[in-house]
Amino acid sequence: MTTAPDTYNYDPTAPADRRQSGGVTGWASRYVDERTGISYVVKEFGRKIFPDHWSFMLGEVALYSFVIILLTGTFLTFFFQASMAQVTYDGSYGPLKGLDMSAAMQSALHISFEIRGGLLIRQVHHWAALLFVASIGLHMLRIFFTGAFRKPRELNWTIGFVLFILAMAEGFTGYSLPDDLLSGNGLRIIAGMVQGIPFVGSWIEWLVFGGQFPGTAIVGRLYTLHILLLPAAVLAFIALHLVFVVTHKHTQYAGPGRTNDNVIGYPILPVYAAKAGGFFFIVFGVVMLMGAFFTINPIWTYGPYDPSPVSAGTQPDWYIGFADGALRLMPGWLGGPGGIPMEFTILNTTYSLNILIPVLVLGLFIVVVMAYPFIEAWITGDKREHHIADRPRNMPGRTAVGAAGVTFYAVLWAAASSDLIATHFMLSIESVITILQFSLFLAPVLAYFVTKRICLALQKKDRQIVLHGYESGRIVRLPGGEYIEVHEPVDEYERWKLVSFNEYEPLMIRPNAAGRIPVTERARAVVSRWFFEDRIEPVSSTELEVAHHH
Amino acid sequence: MATMNSDDTKRRKRGRRSPLASVALVLTGLLITGGAYALMTAASPANADVNMASAQSISQGKKLFAANCATCHGLNLAGTSSGPSLIGVGAAAVDFQVGTGRMPLAQDAPQAEVKPPVFDETQTLQMAAYVASISPGPGIPASSNLTLTGDATKGAELFRINCAMCHNVAGAGGALTEGKYAPNLMKTTPAHIYEAMLTGPQNMPVFNDANITPQEKQDIITALKVQNQAAGVGGFDLGSLGPVAEGLFLWIFGLGAIVAFTVWLTAKAN
Amino acid sequence: MANDDSKDLLPLDGHTTVRDPGTAVERSDALLNPGMPPHRLRVTDTDPRAARRAERVVVLLFYISLIGSIFAMTSYFAFPIKPNDLGSVRLNNVFIGLGLAFALLAIGIAAVHWAKVLMADQEGIDIRHPVHGDVQTQARAVEIFRTADRESGFNRRVLIRNGMIAAIAALPFPAIFLFRDLAPAAGTPAEAYSHTMWKAGTRLTKDPTGDPILASDVTIGSVFHVIPDGLLTAPDMLEEKGKAAVLLMRLEPGVLHVSPARKDWNYDGIVAYSKICTHVGCPVALYEQQTHHLLCPCHQSQFDITREAAVIFGPAVRPLPQLPITVDSEGYLVARSDFHEPVGPSFWERRGDYSA
Repeated sequence: MTTAPDTYNYDPTAPADRRQSGGVTGWASRYVDERTGISYVVKEFGRKIFPDHWSFMLGEVALYSFVIILLTGTFLTFFFQASMAQVTYDGSYGPLKGLDMSAAMQSALHISFEIRGGLLIRQVHHWAALLFVASIGLHMLRIFFTGAFRKPRELNWTIGFVLFILAMAEGFTGYSLPDDLLSGNGLRIIAGMVQGIPFVGSWIEWLVFGGQFPGTAIVGRLYTLHILLLPAAVLAFIALHLVFVVTHKHTQYAGPGRTNDNVIGYPILPVYAAKAGGFFFIVFGVVMLMGAFFTINPIWTYGPYDPSPVSAGTQPDWYIGFADGALRLMPGWLGGPGGIPMEFTILNTTYSLNILIPVLVLGLFIVVVMAYPFIEAWITGDKREHHIADRPRNMPGRTAVGAAGVTFYAVLWAAASSDLIATHFMLSIESVITILQFSLFLAPVLAYFVTKRICLALQKKDRQIVLHGYESGRIVRLPGGEYIEVHEPVDEYERWKLVSFNEYEPLMIRPNAAGRIPVTERARAVVSRWFFEDRIEPVSSTELEVAHHH
Repeated sequence: MATMNSDDTKRRKRGRRSPLASVALVLTGLLITGGAYALMTAASPANADVNMASAQSISQGKKLFAANCATCHGLNLAGTSSGPSLIGVGAAAVDFQVGTGRMPLAQDAPQAEVKPPVFDETQTLQMAAYVASISPGPGIPASSNLTLTGDATKGAELFRINCAMCHNVAGAGGALTEGKYAPNLMKTTPAHIYEAMLTGPQNMPVFNDANITPQEKQDIITALKVQNQAAGVGGFDLGSLGPVAEGLFLWIFGLGAIVAFTVWLTAKAN
Repeated sequence: MANDDSKDLLPLDGHTTVRDPGTAVERSDALLNPGMPPHRLRVTDTDPRAARRAERVVVLLFYISLIGSIFAMTSYFAFPIKPNDLGSVRLNNVFIGLGLAFALLAIGIAAVHWAKVLMADQEGIDIRHPVHGDVQTQARAVEIFRTADRESGFNRRVLIRNGMIAAIAALPFPAIFLFRDLAPAAGTPAEAYSHTMWKAGTRLTKDPTGDPILASDVTIGSVFHVIPDGLLTAPDMLEEKGKAAVLLMRLEPGVLHVSPARKDWNYDGIVAYSKICTHVGCPVALYEQQTHHLLCPCHQSQFDITREAAVIFGPAVRPLPQLPITVDSEGYLVARSDFHEPVGPSFWERRGDYSA
């Protein structure tokens, strides 16, 4: 390090010196620096630039909701008892008084009804958990549709994806802790699913639940995962995720002055620190408002878990909905009862396809999402670094694939509330399920084509605007009697946003050195054509000149 | 008058200036909602004064029945191709079906809908008296059975075991097969809940007094009312529809509000 | 492999590299980046009064936050939770929450407003460098690995290396064995799933009271939620209930289709079926007395009670197991035996010959 030596020989008792070198702030920072060497970090990162766009804040929403979850969760652990020992409820809630329930349920009710502010913290914790997963989802959609997963960020996409899975696991383990009727039936469903796995299913369930369902172990075990293992993993992955964000520097949208080799925005100190710091309080405030005014998970209404009752409208929290929906859409008999059974016995062992198929389909979907950056890189063969985020319309192939994926997920998600859709829209539950079964296959295809056409149309519109200007809405009559609408030209800054994008052409396959075309290249050519066959080129300077001469 | 006006404006101005004005506004709204909840749960059954055994009531009921019900259910209650027999259904079934507006049927639907009743209470009871006079069946519950003083704990447990799978634990209702549904119970009167258990209207099973005793029925009704009252402990209950409503609310309003904040946060100031 | 980066690396000098653009189109006549647009001043940059106003707003917001915090603390005492009074819980929740929400939102809005209107509005530029190290660094890293290999003999002393890999690979297996005692050492899941508390002569009793049921009390259109007698005092009450819960219904004479093997499993039109869904185990209990259909509220499987609970819709495949019943000398309903097959969801060891 090449720091001036006089700074290091600073004597805090010398008043003249203190004035010279920055007063108390200077002294304090030197005190810390001499023991930590932190000045290097401040120098490197204190004025680091962060670009401004609303969609760049979504990841922060996820981070902040996790902080809220940690704070409120810690408070809850002080009162919660993760035990399934049977106790008799004697708290404030009348309709449960004198009933036998687990200590977990009793302490969750105690937090809700006897601890001042306890219900608030519980509700804030649960709302923040829903927000955590939702904001991760929205953040992932932003990354996907703007291509911010391209090199060098493919690995960070994977890390973020693991965080999404971990967040769902956190959510599910937490949802199950109060041992109420709703979560108990959720566990019952999970246990039933696990049982259906070939070879090991029944043993896994047996081990996880410590014997027969529900047993007396599961709440304690989920609690350990929920407050120890999973949060530690989430924290580790968040740290890794952020290290990569710093290493790569943030992406930015195309704009005047913005290139692949720079970042334009505001420095962390002071503007971004104030904005991002303030934003934490805003997110916390919004969640606090929800906790104060909107009931979430009223376990007192559900009552303690009992294997006999179940409530109409038994659903998991939203982020598990797609899995529940998959279970609901899978028919037990293909082609109706009497058709092909989706469960059969061979040599005294049972194959439960009605469970395996949904699990495998979801697994495949998840793997494709996780691997997408690598798939796209393989298709384009593009090895360059990309730091300019795409406008979704400028990559019609990717945007259409994304829309198809979102639609697939949305159909599964809707299926998890098929009964509520039926009652609220006056439909029969059978028709809702049948429609969703067909939609699961048809709607993504439709979404693909519609999205692709919309993207291409928007790109064409952009070209029109660049070449001929905006429609101003002003109608002018020419001397010859002709009416025309005046087009206002776009300025060069606005124009740059419309013309600066990557475009790819379909792969032309050529024989390799050995004179052969490998199968992988053929496959790549097919996918590449599918992706890039329909494309709109950005306006070139030649075209612009021609247009101006008209 | 003039002085009062100026006083008023002053007060209003002060109110507007106060940073707590919006707080006060929200609080007022909350208190009103809270009050409304309290009022809603105070409703109690009120029986019109009809002597169910008197010949006059029965003959009045017979006239009403002949004019309004006999087309489908037959003059002698034996039923026709368009309506089931009413023999043995008792006064309770008539009071439930007519009193909730389900009968007369308005249209051909998967199940009879709740509507504003066509007949007033006296007419309903007269018809009930007539139907009960032809062939005995479950009677209208005595008001002593509907006092809402049952054991809420027992009632809630019975409700969860016997009713919640169709009507939802909070009584919010739920889907059945082929377009039928179990209705929301939050605004159903105690008498109608009691009669429904006793008679098993439409596809609802019958819960006779050997299955769920009169005392247990009263416990269930008590529990429903107490639970309804407590539903708002944590704030608005989003229809008591569970995680689906919560998830939609979070995505639309929670995340919606936060995204609105991000747009403001990253927009350049004027 | 097309993803192998190294062969596409075309070094120009020590720092910059040009990489293969794949199928990207690079045009010579593309429009050029016009550079940064002129800076636009904010109102607060040009109008000192606006700046002062903004300053006052920020200060006010911080004070609102302060008031919010005080309000939350006051509410803690002003709206205490009284025993057995849920209204007091509601007020406590709302007012503490409201105070905290104001305290939080006001800080956040104040900080952001401060940053937006008062802090210097000068956009900065950071230069990006390629993520990878420069050529010398990369070469040095490779060299370090080579040196380490040479000095340790990792690739030369193959026996040592393979021995180490084998030793490390074996290490996780003891950990897997350690998890065996998560479940009791005795018994297997298949055994546990295959039996319930029902035995010949066990009385059917009402859930949750445990009162026995007279056959004559089960009228047509009735449904009883049933548990075996003695369940309430059983040591593994919830586990047993999770397998033994039964739904009891009486149908009109003549609507039941009874297969010959089960002709004495019902009593006078009264039938008992397991309540645990054969799909993933939710309690199937939505009985429609006119259609005689049972609906599972979790995944909408439907079973037809008139046809021995055959699946008519939804993801379940197998019918619900039937509990054979009769009456005892006092007229109470009793089981003839246990279920003839495992109840609940399918599992690997489930055999195919139970109904035979």
